[in-house]
Amino acid sequence: MKSNKTTELMVGMFIAAGAAALFVLAMRVSNLSSFSAGDTYHLTARFENIGGLKVRSAVTVGGVNVGRVTKIDYDSERFQAVVTLDVENRYNRFPEDTAAAIYTAGLLGEQYVALEPGGSEEVLKDGSQIELTQSALVLEKLVSKFLFEKAAEGEKK
Amino acid sequence: MDAAQPQNDSDTLVRIRDLHFSRGARAIFDGVDLDIARGKVTAIMGPSGTGKTTLLRLIGGQLDPDRGSVQVDGEEVPALSRTGLYALRKRMGMLFQSGALLTDLTVFDNVAFPLREHTDLPESMIRDLVLMKLQAVGLRGARDLMPSELSGGMARRIALARAIALDPMMIMYDEPFTGQDPISKGALVQLIRLLNDALELTSIIVSHDVNETASISDYVYVISQGEVVGHGTPEDLAKTDSEWVRQFMQGLPDGPVPFHYPAPDYAKDLLNDAV
Amino acid sequence: MLEWIRQLGRSGISQFETLGRANLFLLKTLVGLPGLLRRPGLLVAQLWSVGVLSLLIIVVSGLFVGMVLGLQGYNTLVDFGAEESLGVAVALSIVRELGPVVTALLFAGRAGSALAAEIGLMKATEQLSGMEMMAVDPIHRVIAPRFLAGFISMPLLAAIFSAVGVYGGYFVGVGLLGVDDGAYWSQMQDKVDLFDDILNGVIKSLVFGWVVTWIAVFEGYDAVPTSEGVSRATTRTVVYAALAVLGLDFVLTALMFGD
Repeated sequence: MKSNKTTELMVGMFIAAGAAALFVLAMRVSNLSSFSAGDTYHLTARFENIGGLKVRSAVTVGGVNVGRVTKIDYDSERFQAVVTLDVENRYNRFPEDTAAAIYTAGLLGEQYVALEPGGSEEVLKDGSQIELTQSALVLEKLVSKFLFEKAAEGEKK
Repeated sequence: MDAAQPQNDSDTLVRIRDLHFSRGARAIFDGVDLDIARGKVTAIMGPSGTGKTTLLRLIGGQLDPDRGSVQVDGEEVPALSRTGLYALRKRMGMLFQSGALLTDLTVFDNVAFPLREHTDLPESMIRDLVLMKLQAVGLRGARDLMPSELSGGMARRIALARAIALDPMMIMYDEPFTGQDPISKGALVQLIRLLNDALELTSIIVSHDVNETASISDYVYVISQGEVVGHGTPEDLAKTDSEWVRQFMQGLPDGPVPFHYPAPDYAKDLLNDAV
Repeated sequence: MLEWIRQLGRSGISQFETLGRANLFLLKTLVGLPGLLRRPGLLVAQLWSVGVLSLLIIVVSGLFVGMVLGLQGYNTLVDFGAEESLGVAVALSIVRELGPVVTALLFAGRAGSALAAEIGLMKATEQLSGMEMMAVDPIHRVIAPRFLAGFISMPLLAAIFSAVGVYGGYFVGVGLLGVDDGAYWSQMQDKVDLFDDILNGVIKSLVFGWVVTWIAVFEGYDAVPTSEGVSRATTRTVVYAALAVLGLDFVLTALMFGD
């Protein structure tokens, strides 16, 4: 075996390299860098249909990532999905009449919640509910609606 | 053969009574009585495979007997707790057949091993102690060698230095002379006796090298087939009535222990082939 | 027929005995771990032989696995015009699966077999008995530092493997095949999740490190103390460890990614 000092040095370098590799994986490979662990506040929104939205899906405003979906519940009295959004504290000036919509990234991509600020003076606070929502578009519904309308048009003629 | 004659208690370091031990269905010891006198060199001899090494492991508490009592310095070894056993082992040294040096440590570190494990002595004092022990076995110059660079005889002397590192009350030697050339054998024989007298140790030698062992022993036990078949001073044993002991002590090829493994009649056996 | 069934029963019982011994052995080893706090030198020496000496094979393998993934992924994805997703494909397959699994297999071959052989030889040459007679518990002195070193080294090695692999894929995909640099990283960062993917990969490598090292030190300690026994223990270590890693990988994957 090498002398004690060399061994210790190499072992130290080995552990440092392992830690650096973990750091690279976290910062460079995963989405940690785009996900701030800073303080957040909660908003809720009710949707008729959330489509393929999942916990940890993104919340964006004008395409900018501002938070995440942290909880999805179903209210069995009002037959609505209740989605809890975690929004970073530095984006805390959304007007009260902000709307939430569920969109799809690209044709087959993941679904996310997009917020569209309104014009009210009042701002949304922690725990507020977003009243204006637009459900996810379900492909099958769209297709059948389209076919149905076409058929109806044909009959009229 | 009857049991060993009772001796004065304070003179007896190891007292074994009615020892039974078996491995699987094979009985290794079947009622062995032994007394090892304090301050003396006691040899335990017997043919290969009679469990002499097993006896040392029983004394050291590495094995537990099926029945009977093993007392070392008044303590009942099988009944000791782990802590008690480890405390007792610090006062025992054992020299294994192969030396059992730690192959990843130098000679110096091997001898220092028990000191570093069991004491908080400063490194300078450990160095002095190790060099003293190495000097005692005549290998102070070999301190920086690795065990793989040692000859068999040197490895055993280093192991001996390690065994006396903690100044034990007794040392057990497991086949110390096997596979040694005459010179290193002679050196070991002399060392065992010298160390025993100089350090006021009690030595137990397990061996089947009759001449070397008898030359330095104060008392000899001969074990065969799980029993003590003879004991006494080497001079007594040389004059014994027992044919068996005489055959063993003098190394005769044939006698009560037959040269031939039990077999059908020779002539018949040869003829059988033709049938 | 009856004899055959008895044979089966006997081997079953002996398997269970071995399993019981292995568990007791692990328990004793764990009891020995706190003692290492006072003697970090023992751990450092083992980190050297278990971790640092495995580094080269891990780095080289990681690099090549990443490069192969880059090449294969590119050829498949380019048919769909989706070569921009190469980063995702490389990173996910390495971080979730290949990093922990291949590292564990290499680790079993490199460090596990060495551990088993070393401990088996120490047993065969009476070094372990010798320690016992010097009132030093070989499980505390010899086994515990080796076990801990394996458990610590394995996730570090797996992380290094993964990181090197991702750069290997980058080298082939971006450097040689012309995938867009930005797309490689941004798509990767978009799709690879810190918790779902990276953390699960680390958990896998921790489990594998535990199991592989456990098998290695136990097989060595339980070896028949002859040269044949030691060689069998070494072989068994690699075989059992590989089987355990692949089997556990399925179970863990089902638990983690099975929703």
